[in-house]
Amino acid sequence: MIRLWIRRFLPTALAFCLLVLAHQPSYAQKLVTSVSTHRVLINSNFSGTELVLFGAIDEAAGAQIGTYNVVVTVRGPARSFVTRQKSRILGLWVNAQSREFYQVPSYLAVMTNRLPAEIGTPDMLRKNRIGLVNHMFTQQISTDVADVTQEDPFRAAFLRVKSNDGSYRADPNGVTFLTPRLFRASVPIPGTAQTGNYEVETLLIANGNVVAKQQTAIEVVKTGLEAVIATEAREHSFFYGLGTALLALITGLIATLLFRQE
Amino acid sequence: MPIYLPIAELPVNIFIILGLGIAVGFISGMFGIGGGFLMTPLLILFGIPPAVAVASVPAHMAAASVSGTFTYWRKHLVDYGLALVLLSGALLGTASGVWLFALLRRAGQLELFISLAYVALLSIVGVLMTVESIRAIIRTWRGTPPILRRPGTHAWFHGLPLKLRFRQSRIYVSAIPVTVIGFVTGFIGAMMGVGGGFMLIPALIYLMRVPTTVSIATSLMLTLMTMLVAIVLHSVENRSVDIVLALVLMIGGVFGAQFGVRAGQAIRAEQLRLLLGLMVIAVGVRVAGGLINQPAELFSVVPQDVWQ
Repeated sequence: MIRLWIRRFLPTALAFCLLVLAHQPSYAQKLVTSVSTHRVLINSNFSGTELVLFGAIDEAAGAQIGTYNVVVTVRGPARSFVTRQKSRILGLWVNAQSREFYQVPSYLAVMTNRLPAEIGTPDMLRKNRIGLVNHMFTQQISTDVADVTQEDPFRAAFLRVKSNDGSYRADPNGVTFLTPRLFRASVPIPGTAQTGNYEVETLLIANGNVVAKQQTAIEVVKTGLEAVIATEAREHSFFYGLGTALLALITGLIATLLFRQE
Repeated sequence: MPIYLPIAELPVNIFIILGLGIAVGFISGMFGIGGGFLMTPLLILFGIPPAVAVASVPAHMAAASVSGTFTYWRKHLVDYGLALVLLSGALLGTASGVWLFALLRRAGQLELFISLAYVALLSIVGVLMTVESIRAIIRTWRGTPPILRRPGTHAWFHGLPLKLRFRQSRIYVSAIPVTVIGFVTGFIGAMMGVGGGFMLIPALIYLMRVPTTVSIATSLMLTLMTMLVAIVLHSVENRSVDIVLALVLMIGGVFGAQFGVRAGQAIRAEQLRLLLGLMVIAVGVRVAGGLINQPAELFSVVPQDVWQ
C-alpha cells in the first residue's frame, strides 16, 4: 500500500521540487567576485588607494544570456556624525541647529554600470539599498532612532557634505563590463578613510530583479609607525604628550646648537 | 610628497606643512613672537581639523622658543621669581583653557569661539601696535626724542596685599596682578593655540614697568613652559596632538626663525612693529570675514566621537 503510494507520487513530487528549484534565480546565475586586496594598510605615505573588484557571471546551461546590471556597494565602519546648520545670529554666521546621525557608514561607495534609476523600480532600489539616497541614515531624535524622508534638509545636506569631501560617492560608470559575463569595478579608498571593516556587496540584476548576491569584506588598518602613534595617543595619552613636549625641546636645542653664532 | 597624519587621520603634502613652518618661523624670528596666531588659522585653512591644529601648534612654538630662551638665559636676563609667579597663574589658565576648549568642542561652538576670540584680540592688538608704531615713526621723522613716561604715581593694583620684590625686574608689586596676567596669558594661549607673548610683553612693560629686555626674556621663558604644559594637557584632555604634524612644523619653524632673526635686524624697530601690527590686523579681518560673509555651505558634518 505504502509502496504503491510512493511509486505513484514520488516522481510527481520530485518533478515539482525541481520545477521550484529551477525557478529560483540564484540557481540560474552564479556570481563569483574577487577583490584586489583584503587589507588596506595605512602607512606614513598613505594618500588613498584603489580597490579593484573583478566579477564573473556563471550561467547554468540553458539559462539565457540577458543584459545584466551590476551594483557594487562598499560600506565603511559605522560612526555617528553631527550635522550642523549655520544661521545668521546678530549678523554672524554661527552653528545653530544640529542633528545627530546615529551609526551610519563613515564611507559609502555605490558603483554601477548605469544610473541606478535605469536598473530597477524605486521600490526595488530602496529594498536592496541601491544608490546613496536609498541607504538608511538613522537620526537620533530625542530617545528614538529613525530614518526620515529623503527630502529632509539635514539628510540631504549630510549626503551633500559627505559626497563633497569624497567619503561618499556614487559612480554610474564605476562598473565596466569587459565581456558580457565579466566585469570590473574600481572603488577609490580616500586618504581620510577610517580604519575598520569595510563590507563589499555585489548585486547582479537582470530584468529589474536581483538574481545573485556576493558579499566580502576588506579591512583598513594603520600599520607601522602610524599604528604605534595612534595607539600611544589613545592608550597612554599622558606619556604621548610628554614625549611630544620632549621632542619639541630636543628639536629646539638641536637648532640652537646648529645655528650658534660665536 | 604626501605624508599621513596619524591623529588628524588624513594625508597632507609634507612640503606645504614644512613651508608653513618656515614662513611662520621666519615671521616669528623677525618680530620676536611665537606666531601661533598665524599658524593656527593657516593650518585650518589647509584642511587640518581645528582641534588638531590648536593642539599641535604649541609644540611648534615650544621648539621655536627654546633657542631664544637659551640665549637670554645665558645673558642672565630672565627674572626667575617673576617667571615663577606668572607661571603659577599661567598653569591655572592653561588648564582652564584646555578644559573650556573640550567643553565648547562638545557643544559645537568651538569654531565660533575661536573665531570671535581671534577677531577681538587681533583687532585690539593690531590697532594698538599700528598706532603706537606710526607715532614712533612720526617722532623719529620729526627728530623729537621719544617721550619716556615714568611717573612715580602708583596704579590702583599697587595697593594690593602679598607684595613681592622682583630684583631682576626692579619692581615691588603684589603677586595678585602678576598671577592674573599669567592666568589670562595661559588661558588665551591654550584656547587659541597661541603663545600669548604679544599680550604678555606689553602687559609687563606698560602695566608692571618691567624693563623691556627682561620682559621679553621672561615672556619667552614663560611661553616655553606654558606651551610644554599645553602639549601634555591637550594630549590627555583632547587626544588631538598630532606628533607628525608637530614635528614637521617645528623643523620648518626653527630653520625659518634663524633667517627671520637676521632679516629683522636689518629693519628699524618701529617699522618692524608697524609691519607686524598691519599683519595682525589683516589676519583679524580675514577671520572676521569668515564670520560675516555667508558661507558657501551652511551645513557641516563632524564625527561625534572624536574626543572619546
